[in-house]
Order: sequence, then structure tokens, then C-alpha cells
Amino acid sequence: MLEFVQAGLLALVALGGLGVVLTRDPLRQAVVVSVYGLLLALLFFTFQAPDVALSALVIGAVILPLMILLALAKVRGHEIVRQHAEEQEP
Amino acid sequence: MSVPARRLVFLVAAAGFAALFLWGLAGLPSFGNYQGPYGDILNRVAVPQRHVTDVVAAVNFDYRGVDTIGEEFILFVSVAGVAALLRTERAEIDVEPPEDERAIRRAETSDAVRAFCFALIAPTIVLGWDIVAHGHLTPGGGFQGGAILASGLVLIYLAGGYKTLRAVSPEEGADVAEAIGAGGFVVIGLAGLIAGAAFLQDIIPLGPVGLLYSAGTIPLINLSVGIEVAGGFLVILSEFLRQALQVRAQADARKDQEQA
Repeated sequence: MLEFVQAGLLALVALGGLGVVLTRDPLRQAVVVSVYGLLLALLFFTFQAPDVALSALVIGAVILPLMILLALAKVRGHEIVRQHAEEQEP
Repeated sequence: MSVPARRLVFLVAAAGFAALFLWGLAGLPSFGNYQGPYGDILNRVAVPQRHVTDVVAAVNFDYRGVDTIGEEFILFVSVAGVAALLRTERAEIDVEPPEDERAIRRAETSDAVRAFCFALIAPTIVLGWDIVAHGHLTPGGGFQGGAILASGLVLIYLAGGYKTLRAVSPEEGADVAEAIGAGGFVVIGLAGLIAGAAFLQDIIPLGPVGLLYSAGTIPLINLSVGIEVAGGFLVILSEFLRQALQVRAQADARKDQEQA
């Protein structure tokens, strides 16, 4: 029974990784990578590595997407300010 | 290089990689067949030697504790690097903020999200401390628990906004927590030297197996790492948020000027 869960999760992780790469918009990618982190945590858990699963759960599913979102917010703030500066000084 | 030439190079490389990869796969031990000696040895000796019930904690904070100090300082240096990169640049202050309200409009958080996050704050922080405190007994420890504590602080921001987060965790607090946590690990290691033993050697009584006050210095190291990780993530978070807020504050000031 456990083997089927493990095989299914391995397949899902492979598909999830593909999904993260194929998502081109960084904003959507942050959400997809969060789901991928959750899948990885489940995979580690079924392979009897609860310590690693906990790390993957918090870092992969929460902190990493958050950092991506914060970085995107900052990059956009930069772009808006720069555009405005260029408009002011033609 | 032209497209057909690039494709040719890729196909040759892919074929070579596939051959080596399949060759490597064929030589793998069968699924679930563990051959390394260390796991079995540790499973046998860790509980009697270190009085832990989570062998991973004994490996991380005792048997290879010096490696973990290195890993901890990787995180410390990364946080310092992010903080340095996010320093306010002069240009960001000099340039006037845009008039385009839509672009920098304060994202209003809905009441449902705020209430949900508010309800999650206390359970998340309690869970974080629980995972830090029981690192030597159950899966988890300083790294995982510290990251959960940081998530709890993010929930405070989501529920109450930046000012609430600042009120709960003053900026210097995060810096100091990160430094104390990172230094604490080394101090615990040095305590072993001062007591005449090896660096990071357990010098306090191990206590009974399975209780909170067991495993010697491992729970203390977990506590120190937990504080460091939570402080580190909080430093990064507040650096990001402060910058986003500066742009907003400039926009608000400009709007007030126009209205006056």
C-alpha cells in the first residue's frame, strides 16, 4: 500500500517540477512552487524522513514563495519609480 | 551558432547524458535496500549515548555538530547579504514617487483574510516553540521550529499590517535575536572547551531518556538555533517591507501636498 503512495507522490513531484518550470509568470510561479513544496514534504514524509518533511513544509511551501513574492513586489516598485523618473526628465 | 547546429549539440549531449544516466540507474541498489553502515550504527548507539529519542537531532547537533555550526552561519551570512543588498539606495529617496495611484495602491487586505490570519497567529507561534523545544524528542528542532515562528510573525503582518508587526517585534529585536542565536551555538560549543572537554561536547547531565530535560546540550542548541532562524527570517522580512513602505509613504505625502 505504502509503495503505491510513494510511487504516486514521486510521479506527482516530477509533474510538479515540470509545472513550476512551465509556469512563465513569476507571480503564478510563486504559487505553483508552494504547491510543489507541499508535495515534496509529503514525499519525504512517506519515505520516513519527518525531520526533512517539516523543513520542506515550512521552507518550501511558506518561506520560499513569500520571499519570491516580496522580491517581485520590490522589483515592481523599482520599475514604477524608474518609469516615473524617465517621464519627469525627457 | 545557428539553430540546427545548436540542436545538434543538444542532441549529442542529451544522448550522452541519457546513456550515462541509465548506466548509473542500472547500478543502483534495489529500492529500500540500505547498505551504508552509519545509519544502523547510529540507530543502535544514539539513544544510549545521547539520551535522545530523535536520532536526527543527535546527528545534527552532536555527532556532526561542527558541520551544523557551518550551516547555521551560511544562513547568518545569507541574511546579512540580503540585508546589504536591500539597503536603501540614494536614488530611491531622491526620485519622486509616481502619481499613478493604481500602481502603488495600498493593497487592502480583506477582513476575512485578516480574521483567518489573526486566528492562526497563536497556534502557529505555540507550534513553533513546541517544535523547537521538543527537537531532541520528536522530529523537528531549531531550524524547523524557527521557520514556523517566523511564519507566525508573517501572520501578524498579514492580520495587522506593518505597524503591528513593528510594535510586536522592534527592528533591533530581530537583529539582536539573530546574533544571540547564532552566537549561542558557538558559546555552547566553547563551554565544552572551558569545562576541559572537547568543543561542543556534552558537559551537562544527560537526564532520563524521553523527557524534556534530557539529551544534555542538544535542547539548548535547538533553542539557540530556533531564535537565530526566526530572527534571521524576520530581518529579511522587515528589510523587504520597509522598502515597500517607503515608496508608499512618499506617494501618500505627495497626495497630501496636492490636496493642500
